Amino acid sequence: MATRTIGRYALLTFCAVVVFLPIYVAVVIAIQPAARVVDFPGVLLPKSLTLEPFRNAMRSGNLGRYLVNSGVVTAFIVGGQVITSILAAYAFAFVQFPFKRVVFTLFLATLMVPAEATIVANYETIQHFGWLDSYQALVMPFLATAFGTFLIRQAFLGVPQDLRDASALDGYGHWGFLRGVAVPLARPAIAAFTVFSFLLAWNQYLWPLLVTNDDAHRTVQIGLKSLAGANVANLNLPAAGAVIAGLPIFFLLLFFQRHLVRGLTSGAVKG
Amino acid sequence: MASVAFEHVTKRFGDVVAVEDLDLHVDDREFLVLLGPSGCGKSTALRMIAGLEEPTEGAIRIGEHRVDGVDPKDRDLAMVFQSYALYPHKSVRQNIEFPLRSRKVPPAERTQLVQDAAGQLGLSTLLDRKPRELSGGQRQRVALARAIVRRPAVFLMDEPLSNLDANMRTATRAELVELHQRLGTTFVYVTHDQVEAMTMATRVAVMSEGSLQQLGVPQEVYDRPANVFVAQFIGSPPMNVVPGPVAAPLGVGRDDVVVGIRPEHLMIGTAGISAIVRVVESLGHERHVLCEADGHRLIVRCPAHGDAPVEGDAVHLSARPEHLHLFDASSGQRVA
Amino acid sequence: MAVPVQAGGAEVVVGRRKREWPLAVILLLPSAVVFGLFVFYPLARTIQLGMYRSDPFGGLGRYVGPSQYWDVLTSESFLRSLGVTLKFAALTVPTGLGLGLGLAVLGHQQLRGIGVYRTIFSSTVATSVAVASLMWLTLLNPSIGLVNQALTKLGHEPIIFLQRPGWALVSVAMATVWQNLGFTFIVISAGLQSVPDELLESARIDGAGPWRRFREVTLPLLSPTLLFAFVVLSINAFQTFGQVDLLTHGGPLHSTELLVYHVFQRTSNDPSTAAAEAVVLFGIVLLLTLVQLRVLERRVHYGD
Repeated sequence: MATRTIGRYALLTFCAVVVFLPIYVAVVIAIQPAARVVDFPGVLLPKSLTLEPFRNAMRSGNLGRYLVNSGVVTAFIVGGQVITSILAAYAFAFVQFPFKRVVFTLFLATLMVPAEATIVANYETIQHFGWLDSYQALVMPFLATAFGTFLIRQAFLGVPQDLRDASALDGYGHWGFLRGVAVPLARPAIAAFTVFSFLLAWNQYLWPLLVTNDDAHRTVQIGLKSLAGANVANLNLPAAGAVIAGLPIFFLLLFFQRHLVRGLTSGAVKG
Repeated sequence: MASVAFEHVTKRFGDVVAVEDLDLHVDDREFLVLLGPSGCGKSTALRMIAGLEEPTEGAIRIGEHRVDGVDPKDRDLAMVFQSYALYPHKSVRQNIEFPLRSRKVPPAERTQLVQDAAGQLGLSTLLDRKPRELSGGQRQRVALARAIVRRPAVFLMDEPLSNLDANMRTATRAELVELHQRLGTTFVYVTHDQVEAMTMATRVAVMSEGSLQQLGVPQEVYDRPANVFVAQFIGSPPMNVVPGPVAAPLGVGRDDVVVGIRPEHLMIGTAGISAIVRVVESLGHERHVLCEADGHRLIVRCPAHGDAPVEGDAVHLSARPEHLHLFDASSGQRVA
Repeated sequence: MAVPVQAGGAEVVVGRRKREWPLAVILLLPSAVVFGLFVFYPLARTIQLGMYRSDPFGGLGRYVGPSQYWDVLTSESFLRSLGVTLKFAALTVPTGLGLGLGLAVLGHQQLRGIGVYRTIFSSTVATSVAVASLMWLTLLNPSIGLVNQALTKLGHEPIIFLQRPGWALVSVAMATVWQNLGFTFIVISAGLQSVPDELLESARIDGAGPWRRFREVTLPLLSPTLLFAFVVLSINAFQTFGQVDLLTHGGPLHSTELLVYHVFQRTSNDPSTAAAEAVVLFGIVLLLTLVQLRVLERRVHYGD
């Protein structure tokens, strides 16, 4: 191997180690007994394995219940966003109606309103509905997204006009075309959006923290907060908590990396 | 079984007139070809029959019914698209079946109809493939099968052969004629290819710039083109058209006409229009001699073998009087 | 699009075509309701709330008028928080962009096994704010965190990362840059991949070395992507909350009290102040987005 190639690998490896270090450290601390944590650098190369930190994290952080909550909330948000986005995207791509441009601009305008800027009034609304500490509070505000609408609309616009015409002659109205042709053909975009939506929904922090206070509805991300503050002298607990809460997304990335990349980059391609 | 009629149909897209005052009656069981260059309005006319576009003015009838404003699916017709418009995510079977499902045909009957249609077009072994696994010709057959499966009264075809290679196209032309005879329904077929028009049509409607130029059986349109446009659009190589004075040696020296002569009717001899040979093209089965007379190009069709002039020769071109087409010099309309 | 038919007498008209707009209403309604209720209404409501003085129990209180914006926005605590946020953006955005670009260029090489490196470089997208914060909490723990254990081994004094005014914001910034790195890497990598090879090859034939090719071909073509990443990272910086809540609670001495954390603390007991501040946040994000749209419209560097 040429020295240049060796140099390139050395640089790549160095960067990879630095980038991966926080994840690696969390994993090795999470699977070793507390006593080992103070044994640097030995802790980086685990000799014995224990699941104790995970058990403790699940128990003291009540992560089991929180994981279920996160799962339920994420499922509803993702399902809801996919459905509302497909419907709206279809209207923008295939249905003739007056003021289409205006309505579309209004949809896109929602992208410019950061959720953080509306928490005060949204908190008030949720309170008014009596939804504090409920799944509704965690799900309802996120049941629609202009990003998904935009992404899926782009895919719909790529469906050839001939297919729309053919399906009209084959006897299908809008619903038949939507179900039988448009959605199946837009599957890559819908998949990319689904993965992206899952990532955002699962990782939410500020809103769930604001509107939930009880174990029955708090999500796993909020559960981590109690682990963070619990005990400064015990690193196993936060490390194990981070691993537990991160695992679903890790698997998501493992299996759907391609879709996620598509979802993340589609905003960059065209504004 | 149905006739199709355009009654003074005009279609505008904003300021652009796509079809202007089209009045055309297609008989039941006819194979009518709408022929013209791209942008002449022929596809728009077809799409208006299908209900994919609505006329701005005038009426369209299918059989007894006036259909403008009627949904495409209620018009009892099927269409084959230039792109074939196969659903890429559906198998051949599902593609052919698709129009039956929307019409709630019972499953058993559906299977039977799909098998019949596939059998007629030689697709029986390909039913489980996806369109992307098929050749161009096979895709085209699937599009046809999807059209015939529900036995519509009218078939519309929009340049269905233009994506096929030359051999495939020739073979498919004959099959379409046969299919037309077997089904006994009305075909309206759009093409820019005059060979398709000549070989398949029972009647040809030649269009240009949104208006109908001539309607007639193919031979009649070829033998007596109604104007200069039709004369030059049909026939390959196209008809030679020169101003009257240039053709004076042939006995028609009038200023107010242009004279058309088909390349196969020009003879190289000792009398007639004097010209210089510029290029000789050999096509294998015949030769085209490109001449220039008084700044005008004239093409002569010659046999592949035997004597022929070469580049730079001075020649004389003549034609029999009955082979001269006379058109009005200003309007382009046929005068004799 | 129905066309009126003057159907005379015996004409049979079947299956008249319907207008399409009612369908559009049905399709758009679910999204429109959500946007109306949770985006547009709260935006207007927030602006309105900013003009009231909350009563001590968190109620709407008494109308003060637009002047309250002036009071809130010139208050010491808000200005301090805005200053911290700007400092935080200055710490995170250029660093994040630079590191992301560096990793993307490294990961763009044609080498055996490069896929593994690329996966590692994008791995931080899998972490949420909370997960990333806990990981950094583990690393930066004052006594038994691995960084301080390492420093001690090297004979250095341990650093109290999260509880020292000078270090706390930097530590939060580090965690943030790291957490965003996966996203930045993925986006810039995609941008690099869309630079046509022919352009680089033709520059090579023209005698341009690697550095010139990068500066004069790759970088200009990459500029829309970099702008996009820049805007997203900036918006992220202004929206940062979780890291502060988990790592420092805004302390020490308010040194990490970012805008959203400031708003959050006041949401339930002083909504009007929180609302006025949230409007500023909205204004900043809007400005950044508009800059992006404006520049993207002019298609940074290549005008098609």
